[in-house]
Amino acid sequence: MSETLHAVSVEVNGRPRSARVPARLSLVDWLREDLFLTGTHVGCEHGICGACSVMLDGQPVRACLMYVVQAHGHRVTTVEGLAKPDGSMSVLQDSFCETHGLQCGYCTPGMLIATQALLNSNPDPTEAQIRDAIGGNLCRCTGYQQIVEAVQLAAERMAKEAK
Amino acid sequence: MRAMTSFRYIGAKRRAKEHPRFVSGRGRFVADIALPGMKHVALVASPHASARIVSIKIEKALAAPGVLYVLTGEEFCANTDSLAIGVDAPKVTRFALAKDVVRYAGEWVAAVVADSRALAEDAAERIEVEYEPLPHVIDPEAALKADAPLVHPAHGSNLLYHRTFVWGPVEEAFANAEHKIAFRAVWGRSATVPIETFGVAAQWDAGTGILDIWASIQMPKFPDQVARALRFPGNAVRVHHDVDVGGSYGVKRGLKHAVLVGYLTKTLGVPVRFIEDRLENLRGGDMQGPDRFFDMQLAFDTDGAIRAMKIRAVDDVGAYAGRSPFQLGKPVTAICGPYAIGAIEYEPTSVMTNKTPQEAVRGFGQSPTNFAIERAIDRVARHLGMDSIEVRKRNFIRKDQFPYTIPSGSTYDSGDYHAVLDKTLAAIDYGSLVRARDEVRRSGRLAGIGIASCLEPSGGNSAFEVLMNPKNENTTWMDSCLVRVDLSGAITGVINNSSAGQGHESLVSTVLGEILERDPETIRVVRADSLTALPSNSPVGSRMAIMLGGAAAGAAKTIKETLTAIAAHNFECSPEDLEYHDGSVNVKGASSKKFSWDQLVEIAHRKFHKLPPGLEPGLQAKFVWEVPTGGALPTPEGRIQIYPCYAFEAHVVLVEIDPDTGKPMIRRYVCGHDCGVMINPDIVHGMTYGGIAHGIGAALYEKFAYTEDGQLASGTFMDYLIPSAMEVPALAIVDHCTPSPLTTFGQKGSGEAGYLGAPAAIANAVNDALDPLGASIDALPISHLAIWSAIGARKGAAST
Repeated sequence: MSETLHAVSVEVNGRPRSARVPARLSLVDWLREDLFLTGTHVGCEHGICGACSVMLDGQPVRACLMYVVQAHGHRVTTVEGLAKPDGSMSVLQDSFCETHGLQCGYCTPGMLIATQALLNSNPDPTEAQIRDAIGGNLCRCTGYQQIVEAVQLAAERMAKEAK
Repeated sequence: MRAMTSFRYIGAKRRAKEHPRFVSGRGRFVADIALPGMKHVALVASPHASARIVSIKIEKALAAPGVLYVLTGEEFCANTDSLAIGVDAPKVTRFALAKDVVRYAGEWVAAVVADSRALAEDAAERIEVEYEPLPHVIDPEAALKADAPLVHPAHGSNLLYHRTFVWGPVEEAFANAEHKIAFRAVWGRSATVPIETFGVAAQWDAGTGILDIWASIQMPKFPDQVARALRFPGNAVRVHHDVDVGGSYGVKRGLKHAVLVGYLTKTLGVPVRFIEDRLENLRGGDMQGPDRFFDMQLAFDTDGAIRAMKIRAVDDVGAYAGRSPFQLGKPVTAICGPYAIGAIEYEPTSVMTNKTPQEAVRGFGQSPTNFAIERAIDRVARHLGMDSIEVRKRNFIRKDQFPYTIPSGSTYDSGDYHAVLDKTLAAIDYGSLVRARDEVRRSGRLAGIGIASCLEPSGGNSAFEVLMNPKNENTTWMDSCLVRVDLSGAITGVINNSSAGQGHESLVSTVLGEILERDPETIRVVRADSLTALPSNSPVGSRMAIMLGGAAAGAAKTIKETLTAIAAHNFECSPEDLEYHDGSVNVKGASSKKFSWDQLVEIAHRKFHKLPPGLEPGLQAKFVWEVPTGGALPTPEGRIQIYPCYAFEAHVVLVEIDPDTGKPMIRRYVCGHDCGVMINPDIVHGMTYGGIAHGIGAALYEKFAYTEDGQLASGTFMDYLIPSAMEVPALAIVDHCTPSPLTTFGQKGSGEAGYLGAPAAIANAVNDALDPLGASIDALPISHLAIWSAIGARKGAAST
């Protein structure tokens, strides 16, 4: 019962990656187990918790609900791809550290993906818009308060940098 | 120890040392542990709440692609020993895999080991188990009846623990009081449900005879218990504590997981990893929390003074015991809450049913107890027509009464409950809050204000063990720290446990920096594995600021004394003639006559001829600390000091309810909090915010619901509802500081903060909202449906 393999090409964090994968391999398992990008986490495997969020062509998606074959020809960004080109923390990552926007760190990559995607399309979000953007990402540590503060701080700092 | 008055690093804003690795995706969680040749586990779980296992056919699974092994309970139970049983119930044995019978739906029956998790799951589907269903019992009161089906027939009943404690003249107070009330408060079965499930990876090395374990755990004495169950000497198990734990808040005990995987790697000779999927976690992971009802009786006078309280608490621990019955014991240490109630009767009853076993949850039984007490306070106020704030203040222990010994024998260290409640009311502008509520009510919707004033016992001691099990004489619950200064002069703190977001590396570096007057940024904190570690009891019971903080401070003070002794020897003076400043030691009044940090470190490491006689070369110090006030056995009446320190929190919340749907919305939330001196305010606030969010879940959304035939009805996140950023509102915290006289810096614990009062405050708010209708709800979680039904019932009653 050997499984049929399918050729895929996906751009992951700016690098072209090719592989032959079974149709049932989820995107998150591929990223974690084959590409060793373990920053993306598995929480529920049924699309509720958001820990596995990655960007697909800039939009946040659940990597647990997507097969690798569906990502063929697309761009995937994981938490490992959020840093500045020199490898230092992005403004958003640094803001999470500054406001204590995380504790155990397990939901954090998904939160960063969701909120970076928000800031990319809306550089000056309201609190309600921030809460809406992370509404599909569960966190058990923070009560979301310091995550909201992190995104607000990042927006403020990015606005200053843009001037 | 006396509280210091001013600090250099403690209490200042400081980024957590742990954060950079997490925001960059470089955390190292157990699912990230990949060992060469590693195999993976999937499980077969019981579909029945109670059944005899007639046969298990594994041949088809063994023939499936990539399968290495199938393990059943028959083999496993013959070669391992039962997990520890906390209370005195030796027949209630517990293994990772069921043998002969299953006792809850979801209990693990067989484990498949294969090249990948996917292949293991494929094979698990090919295992055929034949069951003969047996009678089961789901309701705890039914389980206590004489004719109930027995979960463990060998134990003789479903009762695990029962005792009636009477502390003070309870009957006399009830006979003489002007008023009495009685009601039942129900705490629904929920848990902390971390976003990371349990996981464990293990590797047996036949060459060294060591079993290496990486696990997502927060469990006291984990290595010892795993070794014992596997029939290994303790020094054959090496638990690696440098695994990041993706949330725990009490539940990540993981013993059965580790014994199972340890057995598999030993048997198969290859590394094995098991990561629960979400259904395995919710149904078979043994992490559901207290499931408890309280029959409350209060005796009080017209002026609001509460004279006595009777609490009967019946707790459903599910199918096995473990440490869960102790969650009825810990609240003994704060059984009257922040109130000066002189006589208490407490009747804890721990009962088994055919449900998933209960495990430790944030607060270890204190939050349900606080909920029952705080509902009682509001009911007293309502009975008397008094303001509930007045009833609270009338009964609060006063600032000048500390240290204050409560009827159950624990002494509260310090507090100023009146001040914190007043501060909280001022912060939320209580007058305007009342006007806002009344405005909503006038518009035709429902609104209520909820208040809760609760204690967080902290400094995690385990004295409930000796209270509840006379065969147990465990009177120490120590923690430790090792501090090393290397030849370059750099400081490393070594801690002995894993962390689940509590920021222990930040805590220890701040404390070491404070004592040694060195920049915490330069201090590294690492984790010993269990074979190199000093004794620790893991970060449970809001203890690490106190216990690990105290241990780190103790070790750092020894380093400081050593450096001073070296300087004194070389100056040929007494240490009293010297002063320590920023790591160097100089003669008092002559700041130029000094040894620098680097010089002292060099002497300690390389210049034995300059060391005082008797001093060990090298520069390191350890400190092992017993819990302050700990160490005693209970009196015959069951009076005992359990925890040393008592933090206080006051919650004030405004809840609005849509009368057409029953949907509650939290409009305002302020929490006043006094946990003494905060070592890192951001971390304390973060845990408190998270605790409140968790409390919102327990109050309104989260429930492990069971069907009548014993099936878990909430085995996904579509049924077990964790609050999102849409349900958790903006939260505000008001700090107050009453230092503890018992701790190094005046700190108290805070890891359970927020959760200990939020469910009570929200329940009180919902009930205040329903009060104009004459309705009340005393069972958590208060679902939209429960509210809608209560509204409908009253409307129906009004229209007939």
